[in-house]
Amino acid sequence: MRGVTATGVRHVSLRSGVYADSVRLMQVSRDVGAREGVTAVLVAMATPLNLELAAGMGLGPGDGASPDQLLIAIEAADDDALGAAVAAVDAALAARERTAGPAQAVPLRTLGAGLDALPTDGPALAIVSVPGQYAVAEAADAIAAGRSVLVFSDGVPVEHEVALKQAARDAGVLVMGPDCGTAIVSGLALGFANVVRRGPVGLVAASGTGAQQVSCLLDVAGVGVSHVLGVGGRDLSEAVGGLATIDALALLDADPATERVLLVSKPPAPSVAAAVAKAAAELSVPVSSAALSAETPDLTAAVEALLRDAGVAVPEWPSRPAALRAAPGAVLKGLFAGGTLADEAMLIAAPVLGDVRSNTPLRAELDLGTDLSARGHVVVDFGDDALTVGRAHPMIDPTLRLEALARIAASGEPAVVLVDVVLGHGADPDPAATLAPALRAAGLPAVVALIGTEADPQGWSRQADALAAAGAAVFASNAQATRHALDLLGAAR
Amino acid sequence: MRDLLSGTPTVVAAGVDVFSDALRAQGADVHDVDWRPPGLGDPADLAALALDRRRAAANRTAVERVMAAGSRLVDVRPARDVLGLTDRTLLHAGPPIGWDDASGPLRGALVGACLFEGWASTVEEAERLLASGGVALDPCHHRSCVGPMAGVTSPSMWTWCLEDPVTGGQAYCNLNEGLGKVLRMGAYADEVLTRLRWMRDVLGPVLQAAVRSMADPLDVKAVLAQMLQMGDEGHNRNRAGSLMTLRELSPAVVEVDAPSSDVAAVLRFIGGNEHFFLNLGMPTAKLALDAARDVPGSTMVTVMSRNGTEFGIRTAGTGDRWFTGPANTPVGLFLGDYGPEDANPDIGDSAIMETYGVGGFTMAAAPAIVRFVGGTVPDALATTERMYQLTLAENPAMQVPILGFRGSPTGIDVLAVARTGWLPQINTGMAGRVAGTGQVGAGLVQPPRECFEQALAALTAEARAAA
Repeated sequence: MRGVTATGVRHVSLRSGVYADSVRLMQVSRDVGAREGVTAVLVAMATPLNLELAAGMGLGPGDGASPDQLLIAIEAADDDALGAAVAAVDAALAARERTAGPAQAVPLRTLGAGLDALPTDGPALAIVSVPGQYAVAEAADAIAAGRSVLVFSDGVPVEHEVALKQAARDAGVLVMGPDCGTAIVSGLALGFANVVRRGPVGLVAASGTGAQQVSCLLDVAGVGVSHVLGVGGRDLSEAVGGLATIDALALLDADPATERVLLVSKPPAPSVAAAVAKAAAELSVPVSSAALSAETPDLTAAVEALLRDAGVAVPEWPSRPAALRAAPGAVLKGLFAGGTLADEAMLIAAPVLGDVRSNTPLRAELDLGTDLSARGHVVVDFGDDALTVGRAHPMIDPTLRLEALARIAASGEPAVVLVDVVLGHGADPDPAATLAPALRAAGLPAVVALIGTEADPQGWSRQADALAAAGAAVFASNAQATRHALDLLGAAR
Repeated sequence: MRDLLSGTPTVVAAGVDVFSDALRAQGADVHDVDWRPPGLGDPADLAALALDRRRAAANRTAVERVMAAGSRLVDVRPARDVLGLTDRTLLHAGPPIGWDDASGPLRGALVGACLFEGWASTVEEAERLLASGGVALDPCHHRSCVGPMAGVTSPSMWTWCLEDPVTGGQAYCNLNEGLGKVLRMGAYADEVLTRLRWMRDVLGPVLQAAVRSMADPLDVKAVLAQMLQMGDEGHNRNRAGSLMTLRELSPAVVEVDAPSSDVAAVLRFIGGNEHFFLNLGMPTAKLALDAARDVPGSTMVTVMSRNGTEFGIRTAGTGDRWFTGPANTPVGLFLGDYGPEDANPDIGDSAIMETYGVGGFTMAAAPAIVRFVGGTVPDALATTERMYQLTLAENPAMQVPILGFRGSPTGIDVLAVARTGWLPQINTGMAGRVAGTGQVGAGLVQPPRECFEQALAALTAEARAAA
């Protein structure tokens, strides 16, 4: 049927033996209807409903239509547009739909979805490094899935940490962190960790750089570690109550590869210390502690005690000597990347030097505030949260520390510089490349605590040699480095 | 927990790449998720909800109740009797709404129902009656009922009566009128009213007699499960389900003591209506979701529903409260020369199908549907894949063949919606914006974010109060 109306020309036809489903035909109608000069289109099977629609559009085919026929009804502005539209219908009906390719990859948006999709029932660990305010929901996913989780993220409120760790205990899994930067699980280094040999000592660490110091010394002694389970710096606080520490101790106790356990931390809250000691006493594996305080041995001494207890000879800790002399009246300038290493240095230095001021002081009245360039004995922890806002950790980005070094040199204040350099996964791939020239330029006697192993990507000896070539004395033990600096200062008095 | 140390762990990571890269460099098996900041909700609320100690168990309880529920067709009765609809009361789809805020199709359906019930003799009279508050309006969902599109259910309409053999719960839905100019799409022309009267006088009584004569009540859940294996998704495509229903009902219909012309008309009506099953599928889903009402601590959605103006949801953990936002307008294909400007915003209780985990959630079972928005088969698969990340469980009774007979994504988790920022996918019909028009097309739509933002805030308040 062909006709001319007040508004244009029409094509109405019925075809037999052609079937397409209604969705396809609605698509064809829409596409053809969008063509220039086409004013109305209905391409549909000639069902009663569609015939009624066609009639309503003034495009009814008249009598004799049956539902197994295809109705093509088009109104267009002129013959050219109409002919093109009919041809377009034919082309659309003839066209094969794009064949089904592989399903689009749907991104997994949550840790829970990722754990659901995990093809293994074997050991698995979730790690969370999203911004702190979002970390809780992700960590909770892991606990719900029955998986242990390491939370690198910081900025998690302590009450959320407690709730997570309680839930983890109920679920029989471990929460490492929040703000846990260091762990080694079955030889896999997570975050900032060194390449250390595997061995019988398990570490439970509330302190990242403390765990790195201890694991590196154990490696040097030929002993090695089974696992390093970080628990987050707040785990031994009154609020958290050592939840993860106690769970981690139990985990290592049950681990056949672990023969003894060393707990690395700052001094716990007294009530927590008692709870942890009670839990440790119930284990079959011997637990010793390297808890930094004025009354307890330094980390190196704690490792040495463990070695003696295990019947292993205490080695001479690696070092690179240097002929250094401090100027008269020199003061200690400790520039640290590792918070625990800074603490340890202050704890060793204070009985010798008296008060040491710091941004992370031993006593509140020694707080430097924001004036990091104060005169006198100073130890700065550049890894402190206040100094890492908006920039990478000083173990990765040395800028702030090198600037401080240059300022000290320029100030003319006589000083001995004590610096830690932490090697391993996640750390600056070549810290000596920037530090050695900076030390040389500063021209001050410098002592470096170089925490690492030969197997680390940076190589302990390579770094030590480069720093020694710049005139620094280098020690694998932070305690020894600190004492050497104190010796230099003592000789200068 | 001992598992952690028993060998080199596989790692699943959310966050910055450097950690994963360092692990891969050590030869570790690392699976990164493509984490993004949450799509909606205050981070502190999300954390509080994530830490609610009741949540995991409550959600398990809620979704297991949904999946355990059954659905038997036990009777067909007038709404007046089963729903306690007194004269001058009409039920409608979606959250509560009054005449002043009602959209065109809802107004049209309300007008049509007044004419059908004889409460008014002209359209104008019906409009005056409704505008004056002379007819009480109540959501279907407040009466164990669901209604497609406008959902307008009047006392003289017959309803399917379904029962959950597990809980003994009941759910109701009126009979489907077919496509095109129908009351539920807002049409009220004579042909609409004539059809409704025939349904009242012939279809209802015949179906009642047939259903009551069946020795074994129809297992509607089983029909729904089979449909998914036959190219239907149970919301916008009910072809196989409608034919199976016809097959199951036919012997009993034929034996009803009624004129053979009536019997033939009934069978022809059912056979000619591709959406006949929808009004059985919806109360089946309603039964299951009602079984999960009032589970404190659960963040599972129990209702998604629209009244043509607002979209409303309810959750298992927040009782009977509605969380509403402005309804979106579906995107899709149009009948005849109708176009997007003719479409009313989203309307109908039929999103109960998606709430149950079928419809848009099992788009992969019915790839034809995705072409409503110009999509392809891979798009249909991806839609269902995405819904798995919004839901609590996979329903083993509702399987999707092309996904290796994986169970349908079931139990929408408000927390998962917030975290992913993905909204539930709903397949739907489109009613004309102007009262009296009827259906103009069909397509796809999503709920407004506001519903989930409000539900999240309310669930968080509950969680904090319980902590």
